[in-house]
Order: sequence, then C-alpha cells, then structure tokens
Amino acid sequence: MNVVVCVKQIPDPADPGELDPETKTLKRDSKLILDESDSYGVEMALQLVDAAGEGEVTLVSMAPNNEVGGLRTALAMGAASAVLVSDEALAGTDALGTAKVLAAAIGRTSPDLVLAATESSDGYTGTVPAQVAELLGLPSVTFAKEIAVDGGGVHVKRQTEDGYDSVECPMPCLVSVTAGVVEPRYPSFKGIMAAKSKPVDEVTVADLGIDAGSVGWAGGGQEIVGIEPAPARESGEVIEDEGDAHERIVAFLDELKVL
Amino acid sequence: MTADQDLSDEIVATVRQWVERDVIPNASEFEHADEFPEAMFEQMCEFGLFGATIGIEYGGLGLDITTYARLIEELARGWMSLAGILNTHKIGATMIERYGTDEQRQRYLPQMVDGSFRAAFSLSEPDAGSDTRALRCKAVPDGDEYIINGTKMWVTNGVRAKLVMLLARTPDDRITCFLVEKEPGPSHGGISVSRTIPKLGYKGVETVEMSYVDHRVPAAAVLGGDEGLGQGLGYALSALELGRINIAARAVGVGQAAFEAAMRYAQERETFGQPIIGHQAIAFKLSEMATKLQAARLMTYDAARRYDSGERADMEAGMAKLFASEAAFEIATDAMRIHGGNGYTQEYPVERYFRDTPLMIIGEGTSEIQKMVIARKLLERYPAT
Ligand SMILES: Cc1cc2nc3c(=O)[nH]c(=O)nc-3n(C[C@H](O)[C@H](O)[C@H](O)COP(=O)(O)OP(=O)(O)OC[C@H]3O[C@@H](n4cnc5c(N)ncnc54)[C@H](O)[C@@H]3O)c2cc1C
Ligand SMILES: Cc1cc2nc3c(=O)[nH]c(=O)nc-3n(C[C@H](O)[C@H](O)[C@H](O)COP(=O)(O)OP(=O)(O)OC[C@H]3O[C@@H](n4cnc5c(N)ncnc54)[C@H](O)[C@@H]3O)c2cc1C
Repeated sequence: MNVVVCVKQIPDPADPGELDPETKTLKRDSKLILDESDSYGVEMALQLVDAAGEGEVTLVSMAPNNEVGGLRTALAMGAASAVLVSDEALAGTDALGTAKVLAAAIGRTSPDLVLAATESSDGYTGTVPAQVAELLGLPSVTFAKEIAVDGGGVHVKRQTEDGYDSVECPMPCLVSVTAGVVEPRYPSFKGIMAAKSKPVDEVTVADLGIDAGSVGWAGGGQEIVGIEPAPARESGEVIEDEGDAHERIVAFLDELKVL
Repeated sequence: MTADQDLSDEIVATVRQWVERDVIPNASEFEHADEFPEAMFEQMCEFGLFGATIGIEYGGLGLDITTYARLIEELARGWMSLAGILNTHKIGATMIERYGTDEQRQRYLPQMVDGSFRAAFSLSEPDAGSDTRALRCKAVPDGDEYIINGTKMWVTNGVRAKLVMLLARTPDDRITCFLVEKEPGPSHGGISVSRTIPKLGYKGVETVEMSYVDHRVPAAAVLGGDEGLGQGLGYALSALELGRINIAARAVGVGQAAFEAAMRYAQERETFGQPIIGHQAIAFKLSEMATKLQAARLMTYDAARRYDSGERADMEAGMAKLFASEAAFEIATDAMRIHGGNGYTQEYPVERYFRDTPLMIIGEGTSEIQKMVIARKLLERYPAT
C-alpha cells in the first residue's frame, strides 16, 4: 500500500513568529520545521504501510526557499521519499492555490491513500485537505481519530463533538487526521542518518504543468486587507476569599452557563 | 570519527526534545520511588543510544565523542540516572572494541548496539576504590576455565547487565579483565547480588554489591585473549579516561538544569517588593553560576574535540572532570539556596540536583585522584631540564 502524506514546513512555533507588514503574511525566511500536526499523519502512514506489509510512504510539501528541514524529520521517522514544490512564483499562494499545487504533485503518483492534518499550526484554515481531495476527484474523510485499512477501503472513526462516527470509504481516498490519532515516534539516530540520503524530488510550478498565473499573489482568490497584533489578554478577576469565595465562583460559572 | 555538524545537531536536538517532553516532567517521580524507568530506557534503546559510539562495522553508529558528550549532557539535564544506565555499557563496549580479540568483538559488539545486552563495569571493591591496585577478587586457572572468588562493590547496572567487565587478580599477582556473562537477576551460577546499595541520589538505576563464590568462566573470557593477561588495570584505566569526558558532560547537564531552575525561580519569586533577581546578591550568584557552567562546558567540549581529533586528551579530560563536577555541585547548591525553603522540598527539582551532583565528584576517580592524574601528566609534559 502506498501512502502520500502532506506535510507542511512551518516557522518554529517556539520562536515568536513575525508578520511581514508588506505582504501581511507570516515571515518564512528562517529555517522551517515539520509542523507537529503533520507528525501524526506521518506516523499513521508508517503504521498502515507496516501493517499492510508492503508499500511506502511518500511526503509532499510546498515550501519556500527549497526548505527541506521538516521533510528530513519526517524522512528520519521512516518515510521513503519526498516531493518538494518550491518556486518563487508561489509566494503569496493562498489555501486554494496550495491545494492545486499539492494535488498536482500527488497526482503524479497514484497512492492508495493520502493523509493530511486537520489543520496546520500556522495558517490553520483547515481547508487544504478537502480542496486537494476535490481537485483529485477523491472521496475525503475528515477528523479521523482512528484509521484501519482492510480490503480496498478504510475504516475511520471520525471525531465529533459528542463521540465519533464510524465511516467506511473505498480507496483511493484522502483522510485528514486529528492530533492523537497515533503517538508519533521520535526519529532514531539511524533514521536521522538515513534521511540524509533519501531522495527529495524538488519540482517547480512548471514541472507540475501549473500556470504560474493561477497561483502566487496573482492567483490569489483572497486578499489580506489588514493585520493587527492580537489584543493582549486581559487579566482575569481575582477572587480573594472572604468566606464567600465559593459562592462567588459558583455565581461566575453560572453566568458562563457552564454549570 | 567526526560526524558532520548538522547530523550531530539533529541527533542532539531529537534527544533534547524527548528529554523536555518525556523525561523532565517524570524524572522526580521515578527518582523518589527509586524505580527503574522502563519506558525511558526503551526509548533510549530505540534512539540507538546504546550503540551510539560502537563502530559501524558492528552495527553501531560510530558517533564521535563530542556528539556523545552532548547527548550525555542532554540526558543528564533531564535526569542524571539515564546517563548512568548508559555509562557502564559504554565503558564495556569501548574496552571490547579497543582491547578485545577479533572473536570477542564479533561475539559481543553486535549484540551490544540495541540495549538488549548491556554491560556493567566492576573494578571497585570494599577495600579498593581510589587505590585500584589493592583489589583482591581472585581468578584461579583450572583447566580451560578460571574460578572466581571475591566481593565487588558499587556495581552499577549489576542486576540488569548480561555482561560484567570484571577486574580480578590471578595467582601471578597480576590484574586481568574478564568478560563475565550472566543472566539478569539477583543470581547466576556462583554470582549473587549480596546487597543493593541505598544511595543519596542517582536513584532508579541499581548499584549493588556482588559476590562470586567458585564461579567458573571459560579461559576465552580473558579480555584480549592471552595478550590481555595481566593487562586488565591498564585497559580499565584507559577506558576511564574517556569516562571522564562522559562524567564532565553529565555534570554540565545537571549544572544546566540547576542553573535554569534557579534563573526561573529568581524571576518569579518576589521579596521586598521585587523579583529576587533584582537583589544584587542573587543576581551575582546567577552570574557566577552561568560563568562556571560556561567554563565547564567549554572544557568538556575541548577535551572531547581533542579526543576525536586524535590529540592527547588525558590531562584535559581529567581537568574537565575535576572542574565540571565541582562546578555542578556548587551550582546545584546555589540553585537550592536561591529557592529558599522551596529548595529544601521535594516539590521542586533542585533537591534532586543537589543530591545527584556529588556523585560526579566521587565516581570514576575522585577530585583528589583527578588532581593526582593531572599532576602526573603535568610532569610528563613539563619535564625538568
Ligand atoms: C496571503 C497568503 C500568502 C501566502 N504566502 C505563502 C508563501 O509565500 N509561501 C508559501 O509557501 N506559502 C504561502 N502561503 C500558503 C500558506 O502558508 C498555506 O500553505 C496555505 O494557505 C494552506 O493554509 P493552511 O495552513 O491554513 O492549511 P490548512 O488547511 O490548515 O492545512 C491542513 C493540512 O493540509 C496540509 N497542507 C497545508 N499546506 C501545506 C503545504 N504548504 N505543504 C504540504 N501540506 C500542506 C497539511 O497536512 C496541513 O496540516 C500563503 C497563504 C496566504 C493566504
Ligand atoms: C553511586 C556509585 C556508583 C558507582 N559505580 C561504580 C561502578 O559501576 N563500577 C565501579 O567499579 N565502581 C563504581 N563506583 C565506585 C567509585 O569509583 C569509587 O567509590 C571511587 O573511585 C572512590 O573510591 P572509594 O569509595 O573507595 O573511596 P576511597 O578511595 O576510600 O577515598 C576516600 C577519600 O580519600 C581520598 N583519597 C584516596 N586516596 C587518596 C590519595 N592518595 N590522596 C588524597 N586523597 C585520597 C578520596 O579522594 C576520597 O575523598 C561507584 C560509586 C558510587 C558512589
């Protein structure tokens, strides 16, 4: 079974991110790392391929400056190879543009299953996976908290607000996973060493047969009109106990309608 | 061998991430319960830590000592005992790789890379610690076997190990190293764990007293074969030289943890209307702690770098061990003082650092012994003309 995992490479969330006032988007010129949200998809893919006893895990990523840092981490976990789409023409690409690029890159292989995260940690529109599925003409299942494969289909437990739905879907298909679908492994030292020599196929927009005008700033169907720093969080109310603290807390919770 | 810098950084960063997520939040709980950290140990095996420095030809990773020292530092920053689970194994593997016969290397090293077959190192005895030449454990040849009798003290990992690097005296009054295979557990053949030593710190990993009563090993168990007869002490002391870089790295790791805890606390805790770091007495303490830590780290990396590049590192390793272990103890003590009353409780990790750091001053040659080693090397390097 061959699985493609979409992995986004993002600025390290440990370093405070910065917005570029010119482009009104996140600055992405520092070293990028594997989005933790995608480590779940990578782990799930590795486990499914392992259970199937054959096949491989291929990564697909779109990122600026030929960035491979995050891909190397996922390769170190055990993925076999990666496709990286990096092209100056992609600067300013919005979610739909990203989906077009990823779909074209995935379309060059014919995977049995495509995995993505429910939403990325930096952009978190949560729209890319369904768009990719639509563009590839594949059925898609979202919010997977458990995935099993048998015969020609996937069995997915789909997280809902009050439990889960059991969904079956024929393959090929796309499934987006939640954090917690599996516990991602740490790469072993051998894995880290091996990742250095695993193939990363670097392709451009032209290689994918995509019209440069349909992506990047030019192709954007959306425009960011303004950016503001998030308001600082107001400090909460401190209740000093003068014998009635419990009553005041109950009244507060009552007001929030959480009781 | 020197690994490329990127690779080394990535390996260290991976372990650091694990230590932060899985070790630091759980270390004190295991330590207080004196419980072997099974899950942490398994992850260490999965990383490949046990075979990290073993040659590629035996299935290891052949990592350089500088990278290894950085890994030890990260482990110890989380919990010193994790470095202890690894350390005797590393000493054993180094001795076999350097001094073992071809057959011994082929037999042991491939089994030693994944952590399933671990080594203990058994030199010390109740009456032979600093004075290694005083050791009394006996190995008497009998046909194509040796019969071993004696008591060994301070055998770290002694229960769980499957191989003991045992130093014993033969009837010709020379000291030889024997590769003693055993099953994990309290006894095996003539070997028994007579006592588990209760310790101030360094918990979760066992340090035991082991007795040998007419325990037989094949003659092939002599490390280095016939050539190794009588060479045991030399082999052990030379492996301990590398061990000193390792202990220095451990001290840097615990020192770092103690310093970070103190830095955090000094900014949170307020007295007389300001965070205590605003009082110059506390700020200066932190400055001194950071400076000592920086010096200890640089000395450790320098000794490791020298070792990797094939330069002489014997004296530098001793200096790094001496300085870093004393520095770590002082830093841990100051971190505890900065924590005030909280530093004296089990609710903050500094009490653990305070209990763990003295071991680095004692183990693998006390500070006094390091000074003797350094002085001897100084005389070699600066002979009277
Ligand atoms: C105005 C604007 C400017 C932008 N400029 C740039 C730019 O200069 N350079 C650039 O590279 N991107 C740029 N982007 C793209 C952006 O960072 C996202 O890749 C894209 O919008 C997806 O949005 P998201 O993060 O909300 O994805 P979500 O829908 O939240 O992502 C869900 C999942 O889809 C997959 N996925 C999403 N994005 C990618 C990806 N890039 N590669 C692989 N898998 C992915 C991952 O599995 C992810 O977890 C820009 C976006 C906008 C709106
Ligand atoms: C927790 C723990 C784990 C250990 N694990 C192991 C292990 O796995 N394997 C192993 O073989 N050993 C192990 N050891 C033993 C350790 O190496 C010895 O304890 C150490 O070398 C000191 O020896 P000693 O305890 O006999 O002290 P002693 O040699 O009795 O020293 C007592 C004091 O006298 C000083 N002193 C001794 N001789 C001189 C001198 N000539 N000049 C000046 N001062 C001197 C020492 O510095 C020290 O301060 C372990 C020890 C501990 C505490």
